[in-house]
Amino acid sequence: MSQSNASSVNYNFDVVRQFTVMTVIWGIFGTLVGVLIAAQLIWPALNFETPWLTYSRLRPLHTNAVIFAFGTSALFASSYYVVQRTCKTTLFGGKLASFTFWGWQTVIVLAAITLPMGYTSSKEYAELEWPIDILIAVVWICYAIVFFGTLIKRKTSHIYVANWFFGGFILTVAVLHIGNSMVIPVSLMKSYSIYPGAIDAMMQWWYGHNAVGFLLTAGFLGMMYYFVPKQAERPVYSYRLSIVHFWALISLYIWAGPHHLHYTALPDWAQSVGMVMSIVLFLPSWGGMINGIMTLSGAWHKLRYDPILRFLIVSLSFYGMSTFEGPMMAIKSVNALSHYTDWTIGHVHSGALGWVAMVSIGAMYHLIPVLFNQGRMYSIKLINVHFWLHTAGIVLYIVAMWISGVMQGLMWRAVNTDGTLTYSFVESLTASYPFYFIRFVGGVLVVVGFFLMAYNMFKTIYAKDNSLKPVEIT
Amino acid sequence: MTMDYGTLRGLVALLIFALFIIIVIWSYSKKQKSAFDEAANSIFEEDKEQTDLNDVNSKQESNKNV
Repeated sequence: MSQSNASSVNYNFDVVRQFTVMTVIWGIFGTLVGVLIAAQLIWPALNFETPWLTYSRLRPLHTNAVIFAFGTSALFASSYYVVQRTCKTTLFGGKLASFTFWGWQTVIVLAAITLPMGYTSSKEYAELEWPIDILIAVVWICYAIVFFGTLIKRKTSHIYVANWFFGGFILTVAVLHIGNSMVIPVSLMKSYSIYPGAIDAMMQWWYGHNAVGFLLTAGFLGMMYYFVPKQAERPVYSYRLSIVHFWALISLYIWAGPHHLHYTALPDWAQSVGMVMSIVLFLPSWGGMINGIMTLSGAWHKLRYDPILRFLIVSLSFYGMSTFEGPMMAIKSVNALSHYTDWTIGHVHSGALGWVAMVSIGAMYHLIPVLFNQGRMYSIKLINVHFWLHTAGIVLYIVAMWISGVMQGLMWRAVNTDGTLTYSFVESLTASYPFYFIRFVGGVLVVVGFFLMAYNMFKTIYAKDNSLKPVEIT
Repeated sequence: MTMDYGTLRGLVALLIFALFIIIVIWSYSKKQKSAFDEAANSIFEEDKEQTDLNDVNSKQESNKNV
């Protein structure tokens, strides 16, 4: 029945299958909400004068859905799979793994209900109110128990590098979430942060940037270190570089948060520390990117006929791009131009759609046939179509946001000789409309790609076991 | 005499920097080479066992779409 029967270890792949399927479902949902709010910025009437369909309530729903529903489900699936395969043992804790699946899905459903209703703590990427925060903490601690428990009972002597990244991500996200969510509840759905003023802002961006650094980077690097070598069928370019990469990345990322608070009430020295640390972060980021891409050295021809490998390698190119762009935007003088403009939105999506989504999609296309006893996906051609739709969508999206963002920054800072502002805010908004439309088109392409992926996935799942044979290369 | 907080932070930073240098030297030492090669290749071990048991291969490629 399942692949686990064929191998000597009885792996727990049920929970991996559940998270894998939900990754694709939440991928559709999260990007679909994104496209809706992108459309609302062009045609405001699309909120239908309904409070729970307004941009302000759907925007946090979009970010929560793509980061915590899509991205984190992909991380659960891949970390549970990789830790079992590389430790040659089944998951620790028995039913606890299943609890993390149902618990996490409950969190997502609660978010999808409470955010449109207007319940929010108003902390970006941490909008959920305190009862849901407690559930997140409980599920996350169980996740840590399952993951580290499996590492402890491993049958191998060495802990493969991917697990170090997954472990770092699980541990740090627990600390970040619990630290930033410290609140005083005043009613069932209302609470106030225990941190005052600028300290609260610093806590928020210590959390916020490390959600990027540990969830959206370290976790997905764990995915990269397993699935890129697997799909390329050759070991990682440099294992020793991967160790230096890990320690450098985790010891630097934690300091970069203040770059979200340039020119605010945060003390100047803290802003400068954040800027310097963000610039230094460029080195481990590119070390990791080079390590991933160079894994293909001597086998570049595989990119011609393997669209899954193409997803994985292009994800690393986007990772390299956005980790160059990020440190640059953290420089205070550049930030003075870029902050609060669409440039930031472009940067985030080159990381989120380019790096996070592409590496996840590649890993899921690799995993689905393995988990459901097939030699390959139902249609390799559809994977290829998905690849080009997704790539074209991202390019349209980020180029539109770059142009729009730089334009906004320049318009906002332009002053006449007498010191008055050259442009009103509305003038910069009007100038942005064409780019909002291009962004909308890019988003539609990404969503269409996700629908193709879902079709391909269900065709693979419902095909007769082993009926899809791997294609021989001649 | 008690140490001032700033000095303590400085010393901790130096300590962490020294630790990092040690990690770099350790991971690039010749002694670790064979252990790391083994670790890097460990993810392919199961495939070899697997192909003996059934002919399902996780690899999927096609030359139909260039």
